Amino acid sequence: MPAPAAPMPAPLTNDTLALIRDKALWMRRTAFTMVHRAQLGHPGGDFSAMDILATLYFGVLTYDPKRPDWAERDRFVMSKGHATGALYATLCAAGYFPEDWLPTYMQPKSLLNGHPNRNYLPGVETNTGPLGHGFPVATGIAIAGQLTGASYRTFVLTGDGEQQEGSNWEAAMVAGHRKLKNLTLIIDRNRLQQGAGTEETSGLDPLDDKYRAFGFDVVEVNGHDHAALLATLAAPPGDRPRCVIANTIKGKGVSFMEGVASWHHGVPNDAQFDQAMKELV
Amino acid sequence: MAHAAPTAAGFQDCRNIWVQTLEQLAEADPRIVAVVNDSVGSSKLNSFQKKFPDRLINVGIAEQVMVGVGAGLANGGRIPFVSAASCFITGRALEQVKADIAYANFNVKLVGQSSGIAYGELGATHHSIEDFAWLRPLTNLTVIVPADAWETAEAVKWAAGHEGPVYLRLSRMPVPDLDIPNRRFQPGVAETVRQGSDVTIIACGTTVHLAAGAADRLAAEGIAARVLNFSTLNPLDEQALNDAAATGAIVTVEEASVRGGLGGAVAEFTAAHRPVPVERVGFPGFLPTGSVDWLFKEYGLTPEGIAAAARRALARKG
Repeated sequence: MPAPAAPMPAPLTNDTLALIRDKALWMRRTAFTMVHRAQLGHPGGDFSAMDILATLYFGVLTYDPKRPDWAERDRFVMSKGHATGALYATLCAAGYFPEDWLPTYMQPKSLLNGHPNRNYLPGVETNTGPLGHGFPVATGIAIAGQLTGASYRTFVLTGDGEQQEGSNWEAAMVAGHRKLKNLTLIIDRNRLQQGAGTEETSGLDPLDDKYRAFGFDVVEVNGHDHAALLATLAAPPGDRPRCVIANTIKGKGVSFMEGVASWHHGVPNDAQFDQAMKELV
Repeated sequence: MAHAAPTAAGFQDCRNIWVQTLEQLAEADPRIVAVVNDSVGSSKLNSFQKKFPDRLINVGIAEQVMVGVGAGLANGGRIPFVSAASCFITGRALEQVKADIAYANFNVKLVGQSSGIAYGELGATHHSIEDFAWLRPLTNLTVIVPADAWETAEAVKWAAGHEGPVYLRLSRMPVPDLDIPNRRFQPGVAETVRQGSDVTIIACGTTVHLAAGAADRLAAEGIAARVLNFSTLNPLDEQALNDAAATGAIVTVEEASVRGGLGGAVAEFTAAHRPVPVERVGFPGFLPTGSVDWLFKEYGLTPEGIAAAARRALARKG
């Protein structure tokens, strides 16, 4: 499938939902192909985040892949930087770089590093990988917009296990205190971290109450329902930052991966890859 | 404050010139903002805050988000000066400094205040003597340690105009202006404070004037000691180090740990390229309770202590 042309966003129509659905499918197939080829990656978290990314890039964000430094672009910060399968498939689909870069994923000197580097790839807003970095940086981006009256919006996606990093709560205090209405935090709530459930590791619930207490408008949404995601993420800003808790399934889209923690950084053998490709249609 | 050294005639607290310079730059360039971790007073930013209330971003006592916000502000086209006690901006937020600033290569200026052992009696938690070792290896990050008020102003101006990350290591300890004619600030280029070819004393920051005092003592003994103000720790002035090694003996002096900092950098260079005796003056590790003055004397960061180290280096000279 060829990469789509800019500019975005498309109007909110059934065509938009069809586009998001098509892109999400292409991105899942592309990410899993990258992971299979490299025999490296984090496909479980790629797939839990994929519908969120497809909705953002093909229904919500305003951007121009030919001008990645455009000052007024909406910002998307991928704080769960290990999910590069998802991010790179998305940026490729959005037109930031050609498809023939994808097979270089994690190969020597590839621009497609295991964790994203903004100096390598257009469309990457900041370098992430160590958890708990993207939300503070996104907070700074939103403060810059608040200072200058810029029209751009800032979206940041964290994992849910990632919320255990204390730096997120420093950022939450700052964003809530400054009423950063141009900032949306999205939490990929797949309820699994690399070895076990979040609630058995260091529990996060009630996550919604926590963010309300920090001064956020909190919305829970099915993180695989494109229409619901679109309505939530494209909604006009309120008077404070927004936290979208996207309830997701790790490994979503492939039957044998769904809800299985070991697919956090598990990689498919040839038979598993073929099976997944049969399901991702 | 109890932990500030008394101000002798002609000595200046460089924080005053830091904030004067920043205010001048901020008046001319609306992109310049300051970010602090509640450290408005200790960073001397009260008047900046009065002049530019919206451009002083106080994130509260939260160093990780402070540095991350700096990166985000740079993404949004601002030029942030992120200012906090150097022990916290480096140690507490080290991964943010590495990943968000240096690795991401954002145009952020990190300003470490009250560095070294300026907090004397408050102890090792508040000393920042490891920062050189932590930050010197970080690709993209220019590390500058001004030696006096003039160099502080020049370094702040240069940092504001430089596209890329910078760590400015400032002190609250009063220092005299170095007596050097026709100075021109060049990052990455060591400044010759005293000419000499018997031994080279390589110093930075608050210790440069002490090294000059040591050279004056050595001169009275007929020893011609070169003194370099080595104010940029990354990148290193390798030409100056090569020329220093040619004198056959080197002393390094820093208000920092002798492990991994300026002394470590010089030892790395000489071991790899031109082995000569290197005597390192600085601190061995966590320090006992004591005032700044007492700690400086105890560990030989005095003209006499540095001169003694030079004599030791000369005795080892082949």
